[in-house]
Amino acid sequence: MNAPTIGVLALQGDVREHRRMLAGLGATTVEVRRPADLSCVDGLVIPGGESTAISVLLGTSGLLPPLRARLAAGMPTLGTCAGMILLAGEVVDGRPDQERLAAVDITVRRNAFGRQVDSFETDLDVRGIEGPPLHAVFIRAPLVERVGHEVEVLAEVPGRDGVRRPVVCRQGPVLVAAFHPELSGDARLHRRFLGLVGGAEAANAAASASREEP
Amino acid sequence: MRAMASSDTPRRTGTDLVKRGLAEMLRGGVIMDVVTASEAKVAEDAGAVAVMALERVPADIRRDGGVARMSDPALIEGIKAAVTIPVMAKARIGHFAEAQVLQSLGVDYIDESEVLTPADEANHIDKWGFTAPFVCGATNLGEALRRISEGAAMIRSKGEAGTGDIKEAVRHLRSVLGDIRSVTQADSAEIYGWAKQLQAPVSLVAELAETGKLPVPLFCAGGIATPADAALVMQLGAEACFVGSGIFKSSDPARFARAIVEATTHFQDPEIVAKVSRGLGEAMRGQESVAVETRLSERGW
Repeated sequence: MNAPTIGVLALQGDVREHRRMLAGLGATTVEVRRPADLSCVDGLVIPGGESTAISVLLGTSGLLPPLRARLAAGMPTLGTCAGMILLAGEVVDGRPDQERLAAVDITVRRNAFGRQVDSFETDLDVRGIEGPPLHAVFIRAPLVERVGHEVEVLAEVPGRDGVRRPVVCRQGPVLVAAFHPELSGDARLHRRFLGLVGGAEAANAAASASREEP
Repeated sequence: MRAMASSDTPRRTGTDLVKRGLAEMLRGGVIMDVVTASEAKVAEDAGAVAVMALERVPADIRRDGGVARMSDPALIEGIKAAVTIPVMAKARIGHFAEAQVLQSLGVDYIDESEVLTPADEANHIDKWGFTAPFVCGATNLGEALRRISEGAAMIRSKGEAGTGDIKEAVRHLRSVLGDIRSVTQADSAEIYGWAKQLQAPVSLVAELAETGKLPVPLFCAGGIATPADAALVMQLGAEACFVGSGIFKSSDPARFARAIVEATTHFQDPEIVAKVSRGLGEAMRGQESVAVETRLSERGW
């Protein structure tokens, strides 16, 4: 397989850290700011940032219709923090006009741990990721309050009420995390995402091969 | 979902990574000065990544004179309640008690700011002891590194706040970024000379020579009044924009806010900057920075 081209949504947020992480794993990365940028990518990362700001910019940049179309067609996508919020089906404590890409059937609460003084680092076991726990940085992070039947929960942490709630979820080719794997220097979640990109390419190749056969 | 397991690993708050991490999340965005909850809503609606809660914008602080201090906690709390984005507030240079109050209010970033009247003529706040992160202004690389050595988790240019004149911010960004480029060319012996010249810790200068960038994000503040100003400073190498008086002293704050947000994102795309600038109305009137009586950028050491 050739190195995949991964787009990083570059409307606002920590775009550079994601690009560095993906480049370290051998992927080609491009910044996505305009609809045309989306056409050449095999997968997309929606980075950390402010979800309300990214939502406004998705509208003004004209990216919303093509992004929704690519997601509906099964484009592998990784969303971290703000990216998780944008990809969720439902958002609590957001703004009513905030865009929902609804690629993952979850309900997410914004700023679920409190304000910046409550932001934290911790170690986290993530199902399907081998080796020691993943070091995770939660910054004004969201938390998942409801998951749909098709969603696989890969990691949980206790919320403010002490109840464990999901912080890493996957639905099909879309992977979301409430924290910032791009900040801690541990590339294993990005590698897992590139595995989803590779899987989607293989599936597309198989589908087109079967179409070509009589 | 089960109750908290005893095996849960401990959590560490207020670490370097957590403090600098929020600054990383604000990159490519616009932080807007607001004086009321309704202005804060206008800022959030326009796509601001954070607001700075103030009693007066810098242009009014200049006009009114007198001693400028930390804002009333009630004002900061009202703004916090109005928006979901991070809320910043300013403490006077060296006034650690104001900073303690701001941290207790749950302010997301504390700006130890030259826009307020300094409280200590020799010392800035020791910022390491705080859980809340700090942003500090700088006019050159030495000042930036001194603030980082005191625990600042974000650096912004000082510019000349409240003037609407971009040239001081340009001077500060060019000075910081130009010296960073020079330091990366220094050999190991010259690092000591640079540290002496910059009056900054050798360890930070050596790290800078190695990485070619500050260890914390560098934002622009002080004088941004138009979308093209934002595009200019982003192309020079700023990683985000603070806009003080430039939005709510313009003829149409909601439009100006949105236009500056778009120009900050699409700073490499002059067609988009042109589109958002078209028919925008009057920018803040401003005054040329050389004509001001009090140069705020000279405060801080």
